[in-house]
Amino acid sequence: MKRLVTGPVPAFVLRRAGATVLLLLALSLLVFALLYLAPGDVARNLLGTRNVTPEALAEIRARHHLDEPFLQQYWRWLTHAVTGDFGTSIRTGRPIGPLMLEKTGITAATAGLAFLLSVLVGVPAGVLTAVRRGRWLDRVLVTASVVGVSAPGFAVGLLLLYVFALGLGWFPIYGTGEGFFDALWHLALPAVALALGLGAFVVKLTRAAVIRELDQDYVTFARGRGLSEAATLRIVLRNAAIPIVTSLGLMVAYLFGGTVLIEVTFALPGLGSLMEESVLFKDIPVVQALTLAVALVVSATAFLVDLSYLIIDPRVRARTVRR
Amino acid sequence: MTTSTAAERASLLAVRDLRVMSAAGAVVAGLDLTVAPGETVAIVGESGSGKSMTVKALTGLLPEGVHATGRMDLPARDPGHPGRSDGQDGLSSRNSTGRRPGLEIDLAAPGGAWRDVRGGRIALLLQDPFTSLSPVHRCGEQIGWAISGSGRDERVARLLAEVGLPAEVAGKYPFQLSGGMRQRVAIAAGLAADPELLIADEPTTALDVTTQHEVLELIARLQRERDMGLILITHDLRLARSRADRVMVMYAGRLIEEGSTARVLDAPAHPYTARLAACDPPLTHRLTVLPTIPGSVPRPWSVGAECAFAERCAFAIDACRTAEPSLAEVADGHRAACVRPETAVLPVPAASADALALRPEATDEAGTPEKAAVPAAAPSVEPDRGAASPLLLTVEGLAKRFPGSAVPALDGVDLEIAPGEAVAVVGESGSGKTTLARCVVGLERADAGRITFLGSATGARRVQIVFQDPYSALNPGLTVGTSLAEALRAAGRPKSEVGELLELVGLPAAYARRRPRALSGGERQRVAIARALAPRADLLVCDESVSALDVSVQAQVLNLLADLRRRLGLTLLFITHDLAVARQIADRVYVMHHGRVVETGPVDSVLGAPAHEYTQRLLASIPAADQAD
Repeated sequence: MKRLVTGPVPAFVLRRAGATVLLLLALSLLVFALLYLAPGDVARNLLGTRNVTPEALAEIRARHHLDEPFLQQYWRWLTHAVTGDFGTSIRTGRPIGPLMLEKTGITAATAGLAFLLSVLVGVPAGVLTAVRRGRWLDRVLVTASVVGVSAPGFAVGLLLLYVFALGLGWFPIYGTGEGFFDALWHLALPAVALALGLGAFVVKLTRAAVIRELDQDYVTFARGRGLSEAATLRIVLRNAAIPIVTSLGLMVAYLFGGTVLIEVTFALPGLGSLMEESVLFKDIPVVQALTLAVALVVSATAFLVDLSYLIIDPRVRARTVRR
Repeated sequence: MTTSTAAERASLLAVRDLRVMSAAGAVVAGLDLTVAPGETVAIVGESGSGKSMTVKALTGLLPEGVHATGRMDLPARDPGHPGRSDGQDGLSSRNSTGRRPGLEIDLAAPGGAWRDVRGGRIALLLQDPFTSLSPVHRCGEQIGWAISGSGRDERVARLLAEVGLPAEVAGKYPFQLSGGMRQRVAIAAGLAADPELLIADEPTTALDVTTQHEVLELIARLQRERDMGLILITHDLRLARSRADRVMVMYAGRLIEEGSTARVLDAPAHPYTARLAACDPPLTHRLTVLPTIPGSVPRPWSVGAECAFAERCAFAIDACRTAEPSLAEVADGHRAACVRPETAVLPVPAASADALALRPEATDEAGTPEKAAVPAAAPSVEPDRGAASPLLLTVEGLAKRFPGSAVPALDGVDLEIAPGEAVAVVGESGSGKTTLARCVVGLERADAGRITFLGSATGARRVQIVFQDPYSALNPGLTVGTSLAEALRAAGRPKSEVGELLELVGLPAAYARRRPRALSGGERQRVAIARALAPRADLLVCDESVSALDVSVQAQVLNLLADLRRRLGLTLLFITHDLAVARQIADRVYVMHHGRVVETGPVDSVLGAPAHEYTQRLLASIPAADQAD
């Protein structure tokens, strides 16, 4: 652990952080270009459904500095975006920063809950199927996970709503709830709907990773010199953690795609719903801001996954040190 | 313990009627085995003989879908067993706690009982030290797993000292250690629970010759000090000869011969043992054609009521094909499963091996007569070096350092090959021999130095390479024919020549339709050679091309290469760690060490009278080198 504090490891962290910033810059350029890539006149797009008068267009052009060169506009937008100022929403006329902020909570809670559920259930289930490879429990769970992976989240959401909210009445049909436990109760169904597909994915990849490790020589050797099954499994899990953590990082991106549909299905006023409404309304500044936010979260996760390698895998640590 | 004969009372382990069954059928068809304290029993056989399945069955580690039947007795042992407690102080924590109870294990029983067997009674050491340790745990931790209670760190340090490693190795990860050190760590881990019997499955096959020697010496010392029994699984008869007290020879899942090492290997009673011993290439002289065993090992379950070896045996009579011969005493303690034990030839003296090689029935694989063997006792191509013919390949001052590596892989290597010549580059891992081969082929770019073909540094190089592992060298998704057609097309030759190419390497043209999976290791390597021959290469680079093969198959492939040299005038650059193989294949040899050529010259003088200290050390490390007359 001492090596993590001094020497080449911080240098590696800095290098990776730098790369992440560069990546985000490139992405932001793409995101900003959205405005121009959208069909039609930029000014008209920014005007939205308001009356198109020459005065209004001129006013928009002036406000958004549309007569400036592209890169200058980009720079202006970026420097504002960094401070949280993404401009104003075309649809609501409100500043985008605060608009997003107030909706982040619900999305973060739903996504976080779904992530937690899928990992807490998926990883142990995956390990269990791997250890019981070929037995009935394995077959049942693998079949279930195939269903889970292939069932679309919004369809599962509808089904859950129909059965548990409408039919059995155990959960509320919509709304976000007041206070922690009430909110949890309200978010349970959306989180489960989201977690089902994710969890099934986690089961499959955990199973594959653990099975690959179980077939390694070091497992045979560990058993062959009398280590208990529990001890052997601990060794296996430490080794299987590397591919599992990588895939969990990838899942974060998937999670955002899933939230949009789930929030719409459950009528949750989160970032997903905002995204859906903004896209439908061609509220391009909001779409830009949301896309950038997602890019930020995804690349930050990738950065964290890279750092976690340093902790999990001594070989990566050694390679980093040598470089 | 129901019965107790004198032999059993003395033994550590007595196995009765061990059978291993897979879904396809019997993999091991009935075997008895005893090991006494301090005794070394070698189980020898080629791949598919069932030797690895046997030891997996003895440790309850058979793969899914494979199960064993039979009985294993582990008699009770007294704590104060002579020899066990002396020599080492505080060696075993369990010895002090008392007598180990007798165990009688039904090999068919799953799970449960193995907890008492593995570790304290039997420990299994695997072949590859690179994969038998967990890559993400420190060595000390891994050794300590088998130790419970307090004083674990001291025990780990003591075990490390016992295997000749410094205490700081405990804090290292396996990837930070050399192969030999890793195997020592693995041995320490295996000994952590003080086993009475160590089963070592090809423990040195993945190691360099000099390291092999050290590790075998270490195992022998530990065995002496701990009065431990040892089952040595090996394909290497030299190794069995130099290390074992008794030898058991397995063939197609059957025990076909057993007895004292001297009896079995010097006076084999089973023709298979005799032929197998003859296949081992001698280090001291070159054979025109290496003896081989025609055909290949049958699958154990496909053998009916007959001698499993009858198909390939030169002495088979009708009686061999009507009933499976049972083990019968040929001499005191020497037993063989052969109806005509008196017929087996003595393979060991060099003269008789030569005679064997030149016998007309010394044919190659299934019905492919090694034509060149008999008529042309072909004088090996003696290129007129220094004469008008230009050198095919000249390597001058080649240097290469891999990024992040402290030592150079190649450090000023010079090498010359004349057309038609066979040159071997020998050395251990890390010597740079493979890097040299890859630079010559163009798979690696050297930092400095020149590689010239026929006097020109540029232009088309007709060089092809055959790799070590025929299993990964062929695309498993393509048929043999498609792979070869692809190589032919790249060389601008028509696809119709696939059959011709296959016949050139001694395979039937019909093999074009098969996939690599359906071929044996030797057959795959032949396909790999055929693919390399497709562009009509001037120079064939063989990078350890026979190291992954069984001895009898290795001999077949070496014969094939020698034959191809004669027929096609092929030039060979043969990279190998095996000096005996170099002796058989090469005219001249280069010995590499730490990226430099330390010695070079005609193979006879370099291996016969080595001048460099390193070459001498290499030769001295070969098992039983002293006995190979």
